Amino acid sequence: MDVVIANLPLYLQGFSVTLLLLAVGGAGALVLGTVIAAMRISPISTLRVIATVYTEIVRNTPLTLVVLFCAVIVPILGSRLPFIIAGMIALAVYTAPFIAEALRSGINGVPIGQAEAARSLGFGFTQTVSLIVLPQAFRMTIPPLINVFIALTKNTSVVGGVGFVSELFGVGRTLANAHGDAVIAILIGVAFFYLVVTVPLGLLATQLERKWVVQR
Amino acid sequence: MSNASVLFDAPGPRARRLSRILSVVTAVLVVAGLGWVIVTLNTPRESGGITLPGMFDPSRWDIVLDPEMWGFIIGVGVWGTLRAAAVAAVLAIAIGIVLSLLRSSEIAWIRVPTAVLIEFFRGMPVLLMMLFILLVAGTGQYWAVVSALAIYNGALIGEALRAGLVALPRGQREAALSVGMRPLQSKMLVEFPQAFRQMLPIIVAQLVVLLKDTSLAYIVGYPELLRVTLNNLGSYYGNRYLFTLWCIAFVLYLAMNLSLSWFARWLAKRTDRRFHPAKAAPEPDEDPNQALLVADATAAAREAEGRRP
Repeated sequence: MDVVIANLPLYLQGFSVTLLLLAVGGAGALVLGTVIAAMRISPISTLRVIATVYTEIVRNTPLTLVVLFCAVIVPILGSRLPFIIAGMIALAVYTAPFIAEALRSGINGVPIGQAEAARSLGFGFTQTVSLIVLPQAFRMTIPPLINVFIALTKNTSVVGGVGFVSELFGVGRTLANAHGDAVIAILIGVAFFYLVVTVPLGLLATQLERKWVVQR
Repeated sequence: MSNASVLFDAPGPRARRLSRILSVVTAVLVVAGLGWVIVTLNTPRESGGITLPGMFDPSRWDIVLDPEMWGFIIGVGVWGTLRAAAVAAVLAIAIGIVLSLLRSSEIAWIRVPTAVLIEFFRGMPVLLMMLFILLVAGTGQYWAVVSALAIYNGALIGEALRAGLVALPRGQREAALSVGMRPLQSKMLVEFPQAFRQMLPIIVAQLVVLLKDTSLAYIVGYPELLRVTLNNLGSYYGNRYLFTLWCIAFVLYLAMNLSLSWFARWLAKRTDRRFHPAKAAPEPDEDPNQALLVADATAAAREAEGRRP
C-alpha cells in the first residue's frame, strides 16, 4: 500500500496518458466509424462493399496484431511517428467498426414505419435521415456507444503492454518489476484506476438501456 | 429499418446511371489506392547508405517455401493459440455457469458479493489480469493466460446466463414448483437448460472474442502465434522478414477467427429459427457486448416488472 501512495504521481501520469489515448483514439474512431456507418447505408454499392469488407476484416483481427503493425512494421517502412500517435491510430482503426455497428444497430431500432411515413410525405433521403431517423436513432445508440468506449478503455492497456507507451498498464508493469514485494498492492492500484472509468460507464449504459427497453 | 431501400426513391434511369458511375469511380479510386500502397511498399529504400529491397521483393519472401518454418508456426504457434483458447473456453463456460447460478441465488449473502465480483472482473483489462496471475500466483505463462481468459470471459458468460434466466417466462418456474419440484430442482432442470440454449449465440460470440484475446498472451510472453512469428522467427530469420511474418500471422488469425464467427452466425440463425419460427429471422447482433447489454436491460426491466404489485 505504501508503494502505491509513494508512487501516486506516477499512477496519475499513467492515468492521464490512458485518458489521452482514450480521448484521441475514441474521437478518431467516432469519426471513422460514422463514415463507415454512412457508407454501409449509402445507395452506392461499391461503398457498401468496402465498408462491409473493412468491418469484417478488422473485427476478426486481434488488437495486438494491429498495435504491433503500427509499432513495429510501420517504423520499418520508414515512418518517424511517435509511438503514442501510432497507438492512437491503431486504437481508432480497431474501434471504428464497433462504433459503426453500434450506430447501425441504433438506426435499425427505429421502426420502419417512421421512414415510410416520412417518405410518403415527400421527404428526400437527406431529409428522412437527418430529420426523422437520426434524432430517434441517437437515443438508442448512446448505450451501445458507451459500451464500445468501455471496451476501448480496457484496450488502451494493449498499447502500453506492447511496451512503447507508459500508460496505466505500463506504469503498473514497471512498478511491479521494481517492487517485487508489493506486486498485489501495485496491480490492484492499477485495476482501481481502470474500474474508476469502466464501472460508472457500465452502470450508466445499463440504466439508459433499461429506460429504453421499458419505453419500447 | 433493416430494409434501407425505403430511404431513397426507386432509382430511375438517370439515378441508376449516376449510381453506377459513382460505383465505378469509387472502385477505380480504391483499386488505385491499393495499388499505390503496394507500389510504395515495394519500392526499394535507401537507409544509411544501404539499399533495402521492397516489401514484396522475393528476397523477403523466400522463407515461405521453408517447410520447417511452417512446421514451427503450425506446431508451436497455432497449436499454442488453439490449446490456450480451447482450455480457456471450457473453463470460462464452467465458471460462467457457476457464477450465473450464484448470481441468481435467492440468498442476498451469495447474490450481492457475486454481482460485485462479476462487475470487478468485467471492468478490468484482461491483460492486467494475466499480469496479476503471472506475477502473484506464479503459475507460469500458460496458466496465467488461460485462467485470466477463463475468469474474464466466465464473468461475461455468467452475466449473459443470468440475464437469460431472468428473461424466461415466469410460468416456467411456477409450473415446475406446482408439480412439486424444489426451487433448486426447478432452476437446474427447467429454467437453466432453456436459458443456456437461448444464450448460446452470445456465448459462442464471446468465445470468438476469447480466441482473439489469446493474442494478448504475446505481451506476457506465452509462445502463441503472434510471439512465435514476430519474436522467435523474427529474430531467427532477421528483421528483414518481419513484414512477411506479420502478413502470415494476419492471414492465419483471419482464417481462424472468420471460421469461428461464421459458425457463431449460423448457430444464432438456427437458434432464432427454432425459438421464433413464425418470425423472419432478424440480423443477429454479432457483437456479444451489445447483445449482452440488451439481454441485461431486458432482464432488469423484467425484474422491475415483477416487483411492481
